[in-house]
Amino acid sequence: MVTFNIRNLNIWFGKIHALRELNMQVLTHEILTVIGPANSGKTTFLRMLNRLNELQPNFTMSGTVDFDNRNIMSLGREDVRRRIGMVFALPLPLPLSIFDNIAYGPRMYGIRSCSKLASIVEDALKKAYLWEEVKDRLDTSAFKLSGGQQQRLCIARTLAVEPQVILFDEPCSGLDPISTAKVEEAMIKLKEYYTIVLVTNNVKQAARVGDRTAFFLGGELIELDKTDKIFTAPEDSRTDGYIRGKFG
Amino acid sequence: MKRNPERTQKIAFFFLFLATLFIVVPVGLILVVIIQKGLPAINWQFLSDIPRQGMRAGGIFPAIVGTLYLVLGAIIFALPIGLMAAIYLSEYAKDNFLTRIIKLAIVNLAGVPSVVYGLFGLALFVIFFKFGASILAGSLTLGIMILPLIITASREALESVPYSFREVSWSLGASKWQTIRHIVLPNAIPGILTGTILGLGRAAGETAPILFTVAAFYLPRLPKSAFDQAMALPYHLYVISTQVPNVHEKIRYGTALVLLTMVLFMNLVAIVIRYKFRKKKKW
Repeated sequence: MVTFNIRNLNIWFGKIHALRELNMQVLTHEILTVIGPANSGKTTFLRMLNRLNELQPNFTMSGTVDFDNRNIMSLGREDVRRRIGMVFALPLPLPLSIFDNIAYGPRMYGIRSCSKLASIVEDALKKAYLWEEVKDRLDTSAFKLSGGQQQRLCIARTLAVEPQVILFDEPCSGLDPISTAKVEEAMIKLKEYYTIVLVTNNVKQAARVGDRTAFFLGGELIELDKTDKIFTAPEDSRTDGYIRGKFG
Repeated sequence: MKRNPERTQKIAFFFLFLATLFIVVPVGLILVVIIQKGLPAINWQFLSDIPRQGMRAGGIFPAIVGTLYLVLGAIIFALPIGLMAAIYLSEYAKDNFLTRIIKLAIVNLAGVPSVVYGLFGLALFVIFFKFGASILAGSLTLGIMILPLIITASREALESVPYSFREVSWSLGASKWQTIRHIVLPNAIPGILTGTILGLGRAAGETAPILFTVAAFYLPRLPKSAFDQAMALPYHLYVISTQVPNVHEKIRYGTALVLLTMVLFMNLVAIVIRYKFRKKKKW
């Protein structure tokens, strides 16, 4: 099953050609890890999938992105973002309580019932492995949590919207190794229910959690293959160079 | 001569300190003089009675009430319009020719001398719309005068809410308006309030814009409706200082003290709100 089918995708920000002639697919219920040095287009690729790029003033694109066989640009913007959740690089709780952070998404599309919201919040926090740590203080500000807890809160907040896909944009870049391990553990378990695209600067993380791995360089997709293959016998010498730490 | 860095530094600091002191001294002197000369006039009768004997005795109650009405009217008019314009400019407007014209207009509006506002108010509200010299005309004129203040303060408050909060909200499927309504506005309100209150203080103290549009020379009763004329503190102060002979000094300074207290009180409220918000700010 194919969740995203991307054909001839080009993206420009003003004169900068951020993505060049991208052709690739994201499969359902896989973890696709995306690696590459800075400015390789991997975040642009990720933000294309939930239509966040187009908020930049000088964004232009060509080509198509199909989500479940429908052109993503023909679907409603809010609808796309609801079905395709995103977890950002830094933990970004909203300036609300823990409960209100998780309930934010569901409230925005009209769930008012308190009991329903409470069960959504509990469910989401359990899936993100945060429930036990915060169940007694759901009313406190989300800023009181530690960095790792905040990031799992953000994952829970995304899950509360019940998306099909979760996009992770370097979710562990601000976290210590133990928090990172917890987030990775959560991701692997989530794979059962969701399609996951993970952009990461941490090559080892890509190897640990990915089913398939894509290597971007200078706005181009250099190689996309099974993670094992990428990390043991990559086709392209540039991929080999990057994962061995020769550049980037 | 060999340069002594220690000494040049001391000289520089001395002059910088002197300049800073220069700011404090006039403020302090104004306060001291007005309090010293005005405080003896302040009593319950002065604050609650109408002016008597051609404003040489009695109180300033109608002027206080008039100023409050004017300020209130100005804010009822200017806050919604200013806030909506600020939201449009900071959240929706694309950076194009029209937007730049609008922004330029706001900057220029802020730079227009207040007497020009008075003349404009006279032409538009008093004569063209036939409101006559009235609280309505005066409030609208003051409202237009403080619009740029409110728009600028509101825009700054809106833009100080981190962009990442908006992205998070959008990424959860919230629309742009929902994001503004539930994330941006609640976090910008203290800044908007601060700007608004400073605008109020400005509106309370201005004489020129109300001169032709509302202010009554002598009206020893409270205004009856929004179409009635009213006395106002700044204009009353001008009248008893220059137009009416033999007004006792303490009445003039007492009036000035009341006006100053009102304006400073508003500024104080703004400062308190800002301080509390900074302490509470979590990002």
